[in-house]
Amino acid sequence: MRGLLTLLLPLALWQAVSALGLLPPFVLPSPLRVAEVLVAERALLAGHFLVTFGEVTAGLAIGVTLGAATAIVMCLSPPALRLLGPLLVTSQALPVFVLAPILTIWLGYGPAPKIAMTVLLVFFPVASGLLDGLRGTPAEVLDLARIARAGRLRELHWLRLPHALPHLGAGLRIAVTYAPTGAVIGEWVGASKGLGYLMLMANARMRVELMFAALVLIVLMTLLLNRGTHHLLRRWSM
Amino acid sequence: MTGAACAIAGDVQLEGKRLLGGLDLTFGVGWTCLLGPSGSGKSTLLRLIAGLESAARLDGHRRAPERIGWMAQADLLQPRLSLIDNVLLMPRLRGEPARRERAEALLASVGLAGRGDMRPDTLSGGQRQRVALARVLAEDAPVILLDEPFGALDPATRLAMQSLAHDRLAGRIVVMVTHDPAEALRLGNRVLLVGNGTIGEVPPLPPPHPRAPGDAELALAAAALLARLSA
Repeated sequence: MRGLLTLLLPLALWQAVSALGLLPPFVLPSPLRVAEVLVAERALLAGHFLVTFGEVTAGLAIGVTLGAATAIVMCLSPPALRLLGPLLVTSQALPVFVLAPILTIWLGYGPAPKIAMTVLLVFFPVASGLLDGLRGTPAEVLDLARIARAGRLRELHWLRLPHALPHLGAGLRIAVTYAPTGAVIGEWVGASKGLGYLMLMANARMRVELMFAALVLIVLMTLLLNRGTHHLLRRWSM
Repeated sequence: MTGAACAIAGDVQLEGKRLLGGLDLTFGVGWTCLLGPSGSGKSTLLRLIAGLESAARLDGHRRAPERIGWMAQADLLQPRLSLIDNVLLMPRLRGEPARRERAEALLASVGLAGRGDMRPDTLSGGQRQRVALARVLAEDAPVILLDEPFGALDPATRLAMQSLAHDRLAGRIVVMVTHDPAEALRLGNRVLLVGNGTIGEVPPLPPPHPRAPGDAELALAAAALLARLSA
């Protein structure tokens, strides 16, 4: 109920601003006009939505897998930690968006650079979240592994991973929120499909209401991923 | 349980300084209590006996069997595992097959029959420490090392846990660290005072152990020992 209110309040404000004529419709189309476009252009929008959603899910799957695997390797192998630790931190000083044009040159105009962009955004929160959790397992808990003379893999399985799951969950929550941004920016740089491409095309033709319709769908996709992840993680108490 | 030996000898060095010197301790069957104030090095000594990582270093040698039981002040229960799985944690860490029926029986032996499928967060502090005791019992180790295991419990629960642990761990070599003179005298058939860089023997109370909570001899001896500790 409160969720509905937080959605309706900005919409009402938006409608009021357009109805009062404070901004011309080619700057801010009314929500009703955007809704009309959403219905009228549903086939077009759905096609582009599915393209972007496909890039986002592929990027999430690859990014989460790579991020989790990196954290586990770094936890199991001290040399890997010494080597990759500083790299992981300094890689965050690089604004990954500036890589988008380069990724397009390297990977072409298909879905690959968009997926790569998403992977880059997803990788860090997952890897650093999981690694923090794995390495933050209390020393007195790890004493049990010493007492049992357990190997690193069993220590990881029974003590470190269970302790790290909530940290991984926090990383995943951030990752799913970033992921659509990565795909859309990839599409802005060079694409022939997807919601980001549709936004640029609509912009060039001064179809502001279509831009807004695409924007609404990107917001919806992010909310969908966010809520879905939240429910899934809560079921696993993460 | 015979044939197992637990001993430590030499000096304990911490950051280039001698924390404890001239050790030559052999622990026998029954309860040996290491009593001393915070910072005296009693927990460090126990970690060295256990072969656990420590900031301190032993110049000397230790003898301990392959398998030891370990119980700390924190119960170290794993929140995502059921009580049964917590009891079976040590064999799991070794990659040995887990025997569920035995774990059920051990939970029953510490007064938690039929609760095996519950999670630790549904238990009180005393009940959690009972599960930790069952985890130690599951090891069936000849040597049991206890690092202030009852320190976080309320007084009544602490007495009950002391009696339960003393009963369940009979016939084994038990070394317990504590800062409570009454606890050391109630349980220990040997009491060692750790402090000022050395270890000294304190005359224990004659059997039976554990002494009854209201035992007059225990109260007098504990008061005298406390006075000696605070002197």
